[in-house]
Amino acid sequence: MDGIVCKGISKTYDGRNYALKGVSLSFPSRGIIALIGRNGAGKTTLVRILATQLMPSGGKAYINGVDVVKEPARVRDMIAIVPQEARAIPWLSPYQTVFSYLLYRGFGYGEARKRVKEALRKLGLGHQENKLNRMLSGGTKRKVMVATVLSSGAKVIFLDEPTTGLDPISRADLWNLLNALKKEYLIFLTTHYLEEAEHLADRIGIIEEGRLLAIGSMDELRKKVGHQYSIRVTQATRPKAFAGMRTTKIDGGHQLMTSERKAFEITNRLVRERVRFSTNPISLEDIFYHFARRQITEENGEGEEW
Amino acid sequence: MVRKNIASQLWASVLVNAVYAMENYPIMLINTLLAPLSIFVIIVLVSHGGLLSVGIVGALVMTMITAGVGLQGDLSHLKNDMKLQDMVVSSPTSSLVYVAGMGLSELVFASPVIILLAVLATVYVHPTLMQTVTIMGVMALTFVFSIVLGFILSTLTTDVVQSWGFSGAVGVVLSTLPPVYYPISYIPMPFQYIAYISPTTYAAQIAQSAIGFTSVPAANLAVDWGVLIAVCAALVVLAIKKARWREP
Repeated sequence: MDGIVCKGISKTYDGRNYALKGVSLSFPSRGIIALIGRNGAGKTTLVRILATQLMPSGGKAYINGVDVVKEPARVRDMIAIVPQEARAIPWLSPYQTVFSYLLYRGFGYGEARKRVKEALRKLGLGHQENKLNRMLSGGTKRKVMVATVLSSGAKVIFLDEPTTGLDPISRADLWNLLNALKKEYLIFLTTHYLEEAEHLADRIGIIEEGRLLAIGSMDELRKKVGHQYSIRVTQATRPKAFAGMRTTKIDGGHQLMTSERKAFEITNRLVRERVRFSTNPISLEDIFYHFARRQITEENGEGEEW
Repeated sequence: MVRKNIASQLWASVLVNAVYAMENYPIMLINTLLAPLSIFVIIVLVSHGGLLSVGIVGALVMTMITAGVGLQGDLSHLKNDMKLQDMVVSSPTSSLVYVAGMGLSELVFASPVIILLAVLATVYVHPTLMQTVTIMGVMALTFVFSIVLGFILSTLTTDVVQSWGFSGAVGVVLSTLPPVYYPISYIPMPFQYIAYISPTTYAAQIAQSAIGFTSVPAANLAVDWGVLIAVCAALVVLAIKKARWREP
């Protein structure tokens, strides 16, 4: 099968504590899959296993049908990665960065030269190709890193937290670029910016403490949560309109997730109660907290909060 | 699928770690010239020229040691700070080609000083063909063990501060303890044994004997070659075991 397939991938370093616990997912050969989760949730561990940098302790993983564990050399021909915290080498120019990476991938000089020009043009870096990387802005350096992997011809690209530390404009630039590229590539993205995943991804995986809690498109995730709307009140006391319903405390106020029909009734009651509130279709943040909190409360033996 | 060009893959490391570094940061070129020459100049001045020939040969051997120490620092930096190694692992380049390319880059980086010292050797030492071959053999073995040692140490480091610590320790063992720029007889007797801890001492003894500066019995020379070859072989075996392109 084309694309990425994971079947029960686990990883432990000491035999007791698991960085990944039975992660299974599949994704077709085009589009963006985003893995979201807190720091240390297991996102980078999964990426490193898929990118043949780390052996899994159990399970199977395939890229375009090729076994990641048994045939790493074949997998490496098909993939390229910008690791978390990868930096554009300061003493190289963008041209030299991309060119040397292409040589590492085994291209001859002539072909590498053509590909560098094309990749830098695609990313709007043509006019800066001979500046040293150390002179470039943070956003441009990130673009240089993305240019290296795009130039390679690899159709499966891993970007581990590509926008961490970028200013909003540089981030938006990179989002536009990735959106344009997803028709041609399979981009496996990890991020802890929820709006990034929501904005870019065709499928979103929520990972927490090594477990993949949910995966799907935004619509599919909303269905899994079972609610369409979120109503938030900012006051500390619980409004009467929420009586008998499961809510959660959030930012000093209360949040209720509910269906479209009930949201209409409840908001009418809140208006009558003269309570200040906001209502929105549930966001990825709501979905993330729904699954992440449920995971925590289940592990604490407290049952479901929702 | 791209047809892999191993020459390109080797050359990539040379470009990143030597050619582009020297091209874009010319100060690196000056540094690579100054480092091995500084001790050489001091030794020649203090000995009033008496140690000129042994100083030239010693500087050639020391340049090979510097390459290994440099490789350890460069590999650590590119792996831990730039994450270049992670990008290369997930590419068609093999670990052997990557390390060989990085080793080659250190040689290219050292080439200006090697050329300068070769010119000095031609002018002041007048080596015969046999002497030249012997010195080149010693340099080659010294290069191999220092490069392989540099690679092994780089696999143990997780950050640049640790890397500096290893560089310092390796520098003492490989370049401060051994009598590279002068004969071992200059070291008082009980301390000569400490010098023999370092494989560089054996390399220096062969080189000094080759140019006729010291007279070493044939049996001792055989031991020197044997130790040098054994150290190289042991380190290469260790490196092959250590070189896990994919973490367990």
